[in-house]
Amino acid sequence: MALSPAGQPRAAATEILRDLAGTAAISFVLLVPLVAYKSVITQYSLVLTPRWGLVAFLIAAVVLGRLALHLFVWNRQPTTAAARPAGFDWAGRLGGLVAPAMLLLGLLIPVYALAFDDKRTIDLAIYVMTYVMLAWGLNIVVGLAGLLDLGYVAFYAVGAYAYALLTTVYLPQWFGSGVVPWAFYITLPIAGLLAAAWGVILGFPVLRLRGDYLAIVTLAFGEIIRLVLINWFEFTKGPQGITVPKATFFGLPFTAGDDGFAAFFGIAHDRMYFYVFLYFVILFLAMLTYWVTNRLRRLPIGRAWEALREDEIACRSLGINTTNTKLTAFAIGAMFGGFAGSFFAARQGFVSPESFVFLESAIILAIVVLGGLGSQLGIVFAAIAIMGSFEVFREMGFLKAVLPEGVDPIQFRMLVVGLAMVLMMRFRPRGFVTRRQPTVVLKERKAIGADLVKEGHG
Amino acid sequence: MEYFVQQLINGLTLGSIYGLIAIGYTMVYGIIGMINFAHGDVFMVGSFVSFLIVLGLALSATNPIVVIILTLILVAAIAMIVASAFNWTIERVAYRPLRGSFRLAPLISAIGMSIVLQEFVRIAQEGRPKPTQPVITGGYEIMRHTSENAEFVVRLTNMQILIIFSTVLLMALFTAIITRTALGRAQRACEQDMKMASLCGIDVDRTISITFIMGAALAAFAGLMFFLYYGVTDFFVGFLAGVKAFTAAVLGGIGSLPGAMLGGIIIGLVETMWSAYFSVEYKDVAAFTMLVVVLIFLPQGLLGKPEVEKV
Repeated sequence: MALSPAGQPRAAATEILRDLAGTAAISFVLLVPLVAYKSVITQYSLVLTPRWGLVAFLIAAVVLGRLALHLFVWNRQPTTAAARPAGFDWAGRLGGLVAPAMLLLGLLIPVYALAFDDKRTIDLAIYVMTYVMLAWGLNIVVGLAGLLDLGYVAFYAVGAYAYALLTTVYLPQWFGSGVVPWAFYITLPIAGLLAAAWGVILGFPVLRLRGDYLAIVTLAFGEIIRLVLINWFEFTKGPQGITVPKATFFGLPFTAGDDGFAAFFGIAHDRMYFYVFLYFVILFLAMLTYWVTNRLRRLPIGRAWEALREDEIACRSLGINTTNTKLTAFAIGAMFGGFAGSFFAARQGFVSPESFVFLESAIILAIVVLGGLGSQLGIVFAAIAIMGSFEVFREMGFLKAVLPEGVDPIQFRMLVVGLAMVLMMRFRPRGFVTRRQPTVVLKERKAIGADLVKEGHG
Repeated sequence: MEYFVQQLINGLTLGSIYGLIAIGYTMVYGIIGMINFAHGDVFMVGSFVSFLIVLGLALSATNPIVVIILTLILVAAIAMIVASAFNWTIERVAYRPLRGSFRLAPLISAIGMSIVLQEFVRIAQEGRPKPTQPVITGGYEIMRHTSENAEFVVRLTNMQILIIFSTVLLMALFTAIITRTALGRAQRACEQDMKMASLCGIDVDRTISITFIMGAALAAFAGLMFFLYYGVTDFFVGFLAGVKAFTAAVLGGIGSLPGAMLGGIIIGLVETMWSAYFSVEYKDVAAFTMLVVVLIFLPQGLLGKPEVEKV
């Protein structure tokens, strides 16, 4: 692709032209059949509506993009990593500040929401935080232990259904309906333990498989659990789902009634309190995940995880029991998924198998991948970018003006996420901000920049 | 008995479709050792492109038979070209730069590409399932069982004949390409040892590209058959079909062409028999369970060689 440096600009130009023609031809083949005619279901029949203008626009965009790459990116002399000046270590200095700053920001959100009565923002924050927690949980499995789990949402589902079934059926049956207001606090640990148990049950037979087979098996398990939830009607009420009581403030429901939260504290009833409460619960759960993961990383088991990620065969020859190591990663990751699922059910007041499709697993995985496999701080940014930013885009006026009628930017979310996953793997497989700091060091602590960390260099 | 024969026919038809998709998985896995997670979605693209052309030409069973056959050949050709272009592009953009990256990178990239393809089709063509009128109708009665209160007729439809016949034809063609031509020799050489093959003057990149193209062409044909058989398609058909076809590829022994076909037929039969004799609701559970069982207990497959993990 690189141009010849000097002397033959003409040859280079024809080369570029030929390449552009090829690009145009291929994008023509890719775009024409699926974009040029849109099949629309009308009341009586299916009709095709032509959109040749859009095709022409997209092809032009692709060709111009490639031309830009030719002119501005590919004709640069490649700079080697070693030639780069070893400047001030910004990432290192600021990295220490970012985490506390984020936490402070996290603590300020409910203050802001209370002050301005902004329910939308805090609801969005709860939503994003749930995904941060899920991704931190999955990060233990994928980022630390290097096991690609495509069925993580199954444990989320186990947690959610554990909450739903225990609260609506079993707890009242065993202890009478008096416990129902407290159900969230009773169920939360149980849900986590159940999910962990499922992690062990599912993990045990599959963990001796190689990486990619393991990924497919976990995908299959995730789908099996979802399909059973749909079809086992007597137990789970199938696709219609279960309505469950929402979380309470230590037994005080957030309702306007006399026994509610507002009446107890003698304040006016407001949904806002429920949101703020939920926000602190998920913040606590997420921080718990963060803290536990960080502690575990420093224990022998955590080091074994990271060693396993780097080289399984070497691990085995060093006498690490790989099955047990993988199993613990799987179970602990699953446990946090279970907590998050239980929280999800208590927040939503409703669970159905619809919430636990494969795409959900893919989104959580995408957050972990975009955060830079293994980086906990990166995950926060990735979760905000993926889950939060599109909601914000949706509201922006200028985008509405630019985009044609009836086009909602949130439609493109998964497309962008998919593309981002590909680009991430291609250009920054270890994340944007990660530096891998060895947990064990000899003499001096050397951080390794993400751009140098590829297989074999870190 | 008659019921069983009918299920056997249905299972073989479904199995042929799975087998055609499975070949794409098996060939790619054989050469570069990665699961092309987006392959199921390439199948979906083939299916959707066929649907659009059939709809655009207003093809239906009322057209004369010659017109139908000629048009379907045209449709198959276009769908194969488009799907091949997709798979070729995917390989160039998402997989080739990742060779030599860490182990999970290509698979994650493939998952991303799978999402991209699905979302591309969903946004371009909206998400609802798209039905059309049947194109190939009619069939033959091959068995009839009459009892006092019921009558059961075993039918072999023209559509099923077309699927099974064309699958056999394509299989023969591809086996010939792999075993007889220089291209096939290059592919087998790359499969055994990529570095050595390139030292012997084989253009490895080109061989891999052609493998992706071949796999996509078969998947697109399967997509056309799938769409004609069920009369409906949507942006999400690739996921389930892809997982089942992957199961087929592993069951048959990944890397083996006849194995993929055999695995496809077994999966098709299991799925059909399960729906017929146990429960329709749990047929996908059966397929996924099969996948789990095969991967755990028979990862080398029926016709494959056991693989030794190398450092």
